[in-house]
Amino acid sequence: MALTSRRAGRRRLRRFTRRDLVVLGVLLGIPVLLDLVIVWGPTLASIGLSFTSWDGLGDIHWVGTDNYKNLFTNYPPFWPAVRHNVLWLLFLGLIATPFGLLLAVLIDRGVRFSRFYQSTIYLPVVLSLAVVGFIAQLILGTDQGVVNTILGHRENPIDWLGDADLNIWMMMIAASWRHTGYVMILYLAGLKSVDPALKEAAAIDGANARQTFFRVVFPTLRPVNVIVGVITVIEALRAFDIVYAVNKGRNGLELLSVLITDNIIGEASRIGFGSAIAVVLLIVSLGFIVTFLVQELRGARDR
Amino acid sequence: MAQSSLKGLGASGDVIGHRMSRRSLLRGAAVGAGAVTLPALLTACGDGPGGNKNEVTVGSNASDSVPKKAFAAAFAAYEKESGKKVKVNTKDHNDFQENINRYLQGTPDDVFMWFAGYRMQYFAEKGLLTDISDVWQGYSGFSDALKSQSTHAGKQYFVPYYYYPWAVFHRKSFFASKGYQQPKTWDEFIALAKQMSKDGTPVAFCDKDGWPAMGTFDYINMRLNGYDFHKSLMAGEESWTDSKVKKVFDTWRELMPYYQKGALGRTWEEAGQSLQQRKTGMAVFGMPHPGSQFPENERDDIDFFAFPEIDPQYGQDAVEAPIDGFLVARKSKNMAGAKNLLKWLGKPKAEDVYLQYDPNNVAVNTGADTSQYSALQKKSAQLVAGAKQISQFMDRDTRPDFASTVMIQAIQEFIGNPKDVDGLCNKIERQKKTIFSQAVS
Repeated sequence: MALTSRRAGRRRLRRFTRRDLVVLGVLLGIPVLLDLVIVWGPTLASIGLSFTSWDGLGDIHWVGTDNYKNLFTNYPPFWPAVRHNVLWLLFLGLIATPFGLLLAVLIDRGVRFSRFYQSTIYLPVVLSLAVVGFIAQLILGTDQGVVNTILGHRENPIDWLGDADLNIWMMMIAASWRHTGYVMILYLAGLKSVDPALKEAAAIDGANARQTFFRVVFPTLRPVNVIVGVITVIEALRAFDIVYAVNKGRNGLELLSVLITDNIIGEASRIGFGSAIAVVLLIVSLGFIVTFLVQELRGARDR
Repeated sequence: MAQSSLKGLGASGDVIGHRMSRRSLLRGAAVGAGAVTLPALLTACGDGPGGNKNEVTVGSNASDSVPKKAFAAAFAAYEKESGKKVKVNTKDHNDFQENINRYLQGTPDDVFMWFAGYRMQYFAEKGLLTDISDVWQGYSGFSDALKSQSTHAGKQYFVPYYYYPWAVFHRKSFFASKGYQQPKTWDEFIALAKQMSKDGTPVAFCDKDGWPAMGTFDYINMRLNGYDFHKSLMAGEESWTDSKVKKVFDTWRELMPYYQKGALGRTWEEAGQSLQQRKTGMAVFGMPHPGSQFPENERDDIDFFAFPEIDPQYGQDAVEAPIDGFLVARKSKNMAGAKNLLKWLGKPKAEDVYLQYDPNNVAVNTGADTSQYSALQKKSAQLVAGAKQISQFMDRDTRPDFASTVMIQAIQEFIGNPKDVDGLCNKIERQKKTIFSQAVS
């Protein structure tokens, strides 16, 4: 007994030689360093800068919470931007994502030409959102857009992209065109992996198609649901390129990401103020991330 | 998971096939990670040598094909004359503008293209430009107005190269066929706009890009309140809630019913094309804008008139004519070469070469050869020469952060909803106060 325990102790001592420690230190150190430099550094710098006034050239002045006060009370595009981000999230979450699921279910049931539909609907996913924005302009432009050319109201054209009440919806539809295909492919993969025996058992128990789907199939898709949920939230919060391609995210297309860019990029930038907006976006994102992690960890413990 | 094991194997390929130990795998991964990060670190540190003293680099924002070709011709003429080399680094016009801060603080070219007036003075104030007053002493043929646009705190930092006036552009033949007369006063202008709208060819209007409508604001303000008020309003010294400013918006609103509908969804290119296709009657534009949208054989048909008089006290004195030109960055590596190039660029001949290839601008130097000018260029030159004051453009006359984060949005809001002028002016004034309270230096 004593002998083995001593040997075990010696082995524990010997488990990591100096060289091992160095190698491990380097291997762990590099990712940790990269993480600190690439992720934590900029994040903390943004938070710090959000309490200052800096134009990117001269001295940095500490201004306390002035930027935030200004942001909430004296920056007209801010609240519309928050509203648009929320709207974007709801639209993707409540319309585009369920629609993608619907398409996946239809294709999974084996409608005719399902391979064709599958590839056509997935095709937009390979396009960047900026490109989708350009396509939207070709279709919805006031004078030379396809839709207005077909409608032919020369005198009083519908200003799809210029009307501040209309353009955000057009953008969300365009973004959904891409999002739906993405969601569909993810669900399709999930549905393929659902054990047919489950469905058969449900049918034998007398469940109809709808009950089978909502009570049996959908719950088994939980891992996919989580991924789709995360993707939807990310897409909604990072939406930027499509509105920037259309009109630089102004006049009804304000989003938090655009306001950050507007204030930080360019000559004579308001870096402190832009950072304050970035911090707001960070807090919103953290809200979702924390909720998601809590759910996940709880779910893992239950299982 | 798959990725990390792939990395290990890939980095130490010789291990495959032998019995792989944990340690060799780790070592392989470390070598792999080093191979990925090291070169990046090395290039970050390296900063090439100062370069050839016979070569001047020029940072260019002239990314459109016409000016790009014209600049190439001008630099070729310089190379031929001086026996020196000019290396042009062209960047996309908007990218250049958005990155100018980092560009000037990083490794700028020896000479770079930029704008006169406030946009130049801002960087001069920041100490990012080289004083070229010595070069200026050798110049002749630049007016006092030009010199003041090139000057900051008594020193010159800018070599003007060309400019182009803003005015109301239209097709000559279209006016003739409809029997329209070029208006002189605001009342005549509104009457003409009304007639055009009735005839189904309204006034072209666009502001999707955010800046084209600024020209109309500038002109109405200068006609109504005079150049001095406009200048101090742009400098943040006047209040935007002043009744004078509200009157600008009120006056502008008189024109709104006769504009093309849907201005906020229309680019300036589309508006220019509608003018070319005779779908619209006239438009407030800068000279290159209609020019670039008309086919070459129809360019003779472009005509313009000065923005109409509103208050006789100010008449048509002020002309909006943005000036483009060259500057030397503080961090320029080849200062002697840069100044030598500038010396040449300030000569009338240098402008002649350029304008031969770009007929949408006008030379700034009075010594430049105007015999090759088109009728439109001649008229533009006259318009600018007859101006008592020259303004640049809203986004060049005021702080860029104010122009881009407040005024673009405000003017677009006004176009979308022209009724709430009081609310709009209050919003602008509040934001102006916060922005201008942050000192420039």
